[in-house]
Amino acid sequence: MKMSGSKILIESLRKEGVDTIFGYPGGALIPIYDVLYGEESIRHILVRHEQGAVHAADGYARSTGKAGVCLVTSGPGATNTVTGIATAYMDSIPMIIITGQVNTNMIGNDAFQEADIVGITRPCTKYSYLVKRTEDIAQTVKEAFYIATTGKPGPVLIDIPKDVTTGTAKFSYPESVSIRSYNPTYKGHVGQVKKAVDAMAKATKPLIFIGGGIIASDAAGQLKKFTDQVNIPVVSSLMGLGGFPGDNELFLGMCGMHGTYHANMAMTHTDLLIAIGVRFDDRVTGNISKFAPNAKIIHIDIDPTSISKNVPADIPIVGDASDIIKNMNEVLKKVDCNWKGMYKKWLEEIGDWKRSNPLHYKQGKTTIKPQYVIEQIYEMTKGKSVIVATEVGQNQMWTAQFFPFLEPRTFLTSGGLGTMGYGLPAAIGAQVAFPNKLVFDIAGDGSIQMNIQELATAVQHKLPVKVIILNNGYLGMVRQWQEFFFDKRYSHTDMQAQPDFVKLAEAYGALGLRATKVSEVNDVLKKAIEATIPVVVDVRVDREENVYPMVPAGGAINEMLLA
Amino acid sequence: MRHTISILVENHFGVLSRISGLFSGRGFNIDSLSVAETIDAGISRMTIVTRGNDQVIEQITKQLNKLVDVIKVVDHTEGEFVSRELALIKVNAEEKNRDEILRITDIFRGKVVDVSPQTYTIEVTGTQDKIEGFINMIRPLGIKEIARTGRVAMSRGMKSLKN
Repeated sequence: MKMSGSKILIESLRKEGVDTIFGYPGGALIPIYDVLYGEESIRHILVRHEQGAVHAADGYARSTGKAGVCLVTSGPGATNTVTGIATAYMDSIPMIIITGQVNTNMIGNDAFQEADIVGITRPCTKYSYLVKRTEDIAQTVKEAFYIATTGKPGPVLIDIPKDVTTGTAKFSYPESVSIRSYNPTYKGHVGQVKKAVDAMAKATKPLIFIGGGIIASDAAGQLKKFTDQVNIPVVSSLMGLGGFPGDNELFLGMCGMHGTYHANMAMTHTDLLIAIGVRFDDRVTGNISKFAPNAKIIHIDIDPTSISKNVPADIPIVGDASDIIKNMNEVLKKVDCNWKGMYKKWLEEIGDWKRSNPLHYKQGKTTIKPQYVIEQIYEMTKGKSVIVATEVGQNQMWTAQFFPFLEPRTFLTSGGLGTMGYGLPAAIGAQVAFPNKLVFDIAGDGSIQMNIQELATAVQHKLPVKVIILNNGYLGMVRQWQEFFFDKRYSHTDMQAQPDFVKLAEAYGALGLRATKVSEVNDVLKKAIEATIPVVVDVRVDREENVYPMVPAGGAINEMLLA
Repeated sequence: MRHTISILVENHFGVLSRISGLFSGRGFNIDSLSVAETIDAGISRMTIVTRGNDQVIEQITKQLNKLVDVIKVVDHTEGEFVSRELALIKVNAEEKNRDEILRITDIFRGKVVDVSPQTYTIEVTGTQDKIEGFINMIRPLGIKEIARTGRVAMSRGMKSLKN
């Protein structure tokens, strides 16, 4: 039986187990939206801006591990997704972006709402397709999901001209897919795994360094088994948070530019760095020539290009992190070594660093410290299922420092691209996936205004996300740099001209709350947690609080500004 | 150091821009690039001449391998290989120079592929050095136009580049 291209597309998505689409209709999509009309097995979340659709699909993907799907129209609809696609690409998030396109015979003619979105997004997608025939839709969708979710995950774009969606073809969905030019390596090399374990047996100051790959490969369980056996301390990049329990005594916190003192000191003094699912971003390494100067480096990653890109690896192991750690766990058992006790002195040394310079802030009687708000959110939601999204800047760093993430996929943040405006739509995506979890967006007053329109999405779809604005009336992170490095010349970072966020929330049909004194914080947070509709909490925090520690750009990571 | 890299790619729409975009986006050099179908019409072969230290070349080959459409990458510089380029050169061929042009062409084993009352068009193939040598010899006689291909390359011996 023949079907329309639109119907084939939606049927193909159903075959892939898609239950949610984040989208925004437009001219080129009307035939597809016509199929979605009354479709019950796929929930469509109507956003208010296409950037919101991509970030929401991203939040859905990060919180579930499944590919997020978004659907936008040609031209401006498609170009509005670019920031969200680049965000997902930098953080290796599986996502399918379906864009409408003008009719095939109009392509290249500068038609109304035409944009070469495949060309525009080529550098920030894992792969992309322009579907030219209706009969190719099913195969394309199959391949797209396969590419997006396997190997190092990433966004895949499918551009579909309108006439391809209105044309008809026979529908049969491929059972399996194989692409001769695409064969990710999953199994780690056995010899390399043995070498890694041998190096561990010889090391006196080993350190595990985890990144987003731990989460992408669902390796948190294997990692925990690993550290239970060997008692090696763990540091994390921003993207790895949640990959190891943040309240575990072996966990030293985040390393890098705003990492903890003891994490950065451990990184500098380790003699064996076991790097798993990381790419040694400049925010982690600081001055690369002074990074981990004494360390032999074991680098486990599924992406060969990550290995020896920034930091040369002594023992590279290409493959799936979970699988490789599992192998290491088995090999460990066969080595005659007192794994549990052999790094005791090293752990004591780290303990001394931790005691000498812990993360700190002073909460006085009146002015609210942003760190305090984050700690309170953690305390007040203990024992509950919580997902925290952030925006980008100080709010993001304080969250990374002061909210101990206990499980993977509970922290949603734009790590690589650093996209302001990410948090609210990402929180919406996660709330769609997990209606019963408490989903927060910890925001700044700058970032939240970049996609504030998505409040309407949250209200319409009854998604009770909790937006906590750490409101300092500044673009705080840039202001901090201006304070430190530009003689306090606060060039265009003062943003006190802002809406009344409480009234704004109310105007959208959400709950608006405000705290201006320390004594009000717990009360508003309690109301926010209990609310069954979206909430915006405007927390007026200390205007010039800084994020410490800080490694000045270009410095070595053990040279931190501590206060 | 200069490296000559052969790549087998899916003969898909947009592949060339994926490869060239990779080079420009990551700041890698392309000295020359040539591309054509192989015996299998579904596969194209590209030869790229590029430059960089070992670390850069390692990244280039890894990044190329990472592209979904790339089937195989070989850096010929690691072994022995033959390489050829081709040039078409239109030269001023006035009466007094005609013999000299033909002599030089003969020395370089070139061929005259088109003749007009005032010009010869000469085809030369060979290594880059040879083609440049020929151009240097013929330049004083007056080159009107020149078209050169990028390099194509193949490893010596039994080994062959297969998907």
